Amino acid sequence: MTSIQVEIQLIAALVAMACAIPGTFLVLRKMAMISDAISHSILPGIVLGFFITQDLNSPLLILLAALTGVITVVMVEFIQKTGLVKADTAIGLVFPALFSIGVILIAKNANDVHLDIDAVLLGELAFAPFDRLEVGGTDIGPKSLWVIGTILLISISLLILFFKELKLSTFDKGLAATLGFSPMILHYGLMTVSSVTIVGAFDAVGAVLVVALVIAPAATAYLLTNDLKKMLVLACLFGVFSAIAGYWMANLLDASIAGSMTTVLGILFFLVYLFAPQQGVFSVYFRERQQRKEVSLLVFLLHLQNHSDSKERHVNHLQDHINWQKVQARTVLDLAKRNNLIQISNQIASLTPKGEEFTQEALRYITTNKETAIEELKTKFFLFRG
Amino acid sequence: MELSDFFTNYTLRTITLGTTVLGAICGMLGSFAVLRKQSLLGDAISHASLPGIALAFILTGVKDANLILIGALISGLIGTFWIKGIVRRTRLKSDTALGLILSLFFGFGMLLLTFIQKMPNANQAGLDKYLFGQAATLVEQDVWVMATVTGVSLIVLLLFWKELKLLLFDADYTKTLGFNTKFLDILITSFIVLAIVMGLQTVGVVLMSAMLLAPAAAARQWTNSLGTMIILASIFGAFSGVFGTAISASQDNLSTGPVIVLVAAGFVLISFVFSPSRGILFRELRFRQNRKELHLKKTLTFMYRIVKNHDDITHPHAIRILNNFQGFTKKTLTKLEEQELIKIAGNEWSMTHKGYDQASTMYNELGKSHD
Repeated sequence: MTSIQVEIQLIAALVAMACAIPGTFLVLRKMAMISDAISHSILPGIVLGFFITQDLNSPLLILLAALTGVITVVMVEFIQKTGLVKADTAIGLVFPALFSIGVILIAKNANDVHLDIDAVLLGELAFAPFDRLEVGGTDIGPKSLWVIGTILLISISLLILFFKELKLSTFDKGLAATLGFSPMILHYGLMTVSSVTIVGAFDAVGAVLVVALVIAPAATAYLLTNDLKKMLVLACLFGVFSAIAGYWMANLLDASIAGSMTTVLGILFFLVYLFAPQQGVFSVYFRERQQRKEVSLLVFLLHLQNHSDSKERHVNHLQDHINWQKVQARTVLDLAKRNNLIQISNQIASLTPKGEEFTQEALRYITTNKETAIEELKTKFFLFRG
Repeated sequence: MELSDFFTNYTLRTITLGTTVLGAICGMLGSFAVLRKQSLLGDAISHASLPGIALAFILTGVKDANLILIGALISGLIGTFWIKGIVRRTRLKSDTALGLILSLFFGFGMLLLTFIQKMPNANQAGLDKYLFGQAATLVEQDVWVMATVTGVSLIVLLLFWKELKLLLFDADYTKTLGFNTKFLDILITSFIVLAIVMGLQTVGVVLMSAMLLAPAAAARQWTNSLGTMIILASIFGAFSGVFGTAISASQDNLSTGPVIVLVAAGFVLISFVFSPSRGILFRELRFRQNRKELHLKKTLTFMYRIVKNHDDITHPHAIRILNNFQGFTKKTLTKLEEQELIKIAGNEWSMTHKGYDQASTMYNELGKSHD
């Protein structure tokens, strides 16, 4: 690895971490699309800032562009407050207009601006190490490394300082307000940090892919944990992983680094979406199937308890009486037998003492209507789950 | 550029026709997206179609506009249904799902585009145009395709008019009546995806969502009827297309897509401010009017309380005694005098019989509402 390669990966990793931190809160606050709006509408701010400073990494430009981002949020909220259109339409109206202004500004001044449309969408991560920062004649590394490093440092320290306030206002706005933490200040604080981060990352990965870095790691982490701290750590890890893996994939395919970082994030999300232990598609599918089978079992046991008549309790009768498919009837029967809840003699099913006890308790729980109780009951009685 | 160019210049005429038809269809179908609270779905779909564009080129190796549109359509549909899957199956909310699919698909698409750039047979110069659109590349055939799609969606819309209308405003009721809401949902979503894909060549992936939203959001301000809204939205969309094309053609270096979006945004702004029933301007005026009337009534009731203890209700009082009463200004007094509710003579005012009657009814009603 050359030092340039190391620097690119370092910048990418820092950008990903800086994005993942506000991203976690945006995802939890159901405001993920605001990051899309901000990332598009900072474009006119960046272009105007560039006219003034002629330097993409100047702090003034970052502040100007971040200001545009905050203004976008204010505009969106103003339109939402008028009640003229629904909340999501307000977002969808504001940012394309601002983005269009940015695109037109770039196109009209194409000759004297060192900014082009490709860079807006993709960023120029590959060229980032060539813009060096020099202090007193000595080279201290790429400018964008310092910029994004500073932003990351600020947002981490803000996170540590205001962690409990942020946590509280994210999960219970009302309680936060009654305890005296102003939700307004936290909201706009978060928006400002998001804007600054997105502007800092914009240079590296472009307008649309910033959104991926903000949302995807947080969303992936949210499918894996219920703990805010773990979610933050996981989101950062996913971001860093995508930065490094994405860099090497881009190297291999000779394609855009930002594009392949996003693709890595996409693959990660897809895997977690399918295989996450609690929230994944497969585990949800199996859990639902298990619950469906166990409900059938319960219905069947209650049916047995209700009928002393041997005709009603005949194995074949199950199929037409409770209208079960043959396969399902057999699996339910098997499950009941394996759990020692019924015994079958001459094709007639009857409850064992354990089965009697179970249905009694189950009935009591059903009539008192406590949802969790039935799960406790299942763990108490079932050796084998559905 | 002269106005007559629109009729004589073949290219310009084709482009203008294309953007007009596009604006109309977007307005029509966008109304559904806006009313169903799926405004941002358009944004996600248009971004999600990018990998389809690139893959269609990689797999076939030819740059055929129709093939590319089919690729875009397929990947847009996959994106849409994945969004629905994420919202249904996991605890992620719809905004996260939208943002995820939007950015992940787009990122993958960009990866493919940059990959194509490095391919040996890279005549990909045409694929870039799908990012911001290039109306200049529209040919007559494209306009025909757009017109056909518009016609088909119009027919479908009319065929399923009452079902779709019901679905928009009360989905649960639609279901209980026995209509297949899943089918209707897929139908309308597919047409929205189709409209977006049609617009990619002209307006581009990034700005397509605004084409869908803006005309519909503007039209919503002027009417409460779905039919009128759809017609208005189509008209706004068509005019955005015409004006946008005209403005961008009149200057160098102005891409059509962003200009069309800005014109549409202008329509929205005007509608937000000047719509008579919902607009901000008239609402503010109504507020002021109401506040003024309230001040008048308050002043009159206050006077009534002074007057009612006197035998002669027209007995004059000094204006000075109103001074510690809020809402009283010289203006309100003159207003009241104009309405012949009071009389003013020098530094004194007196109530007329008309004013007394009006004030007493008002006072009594006020008292009642407190009980």
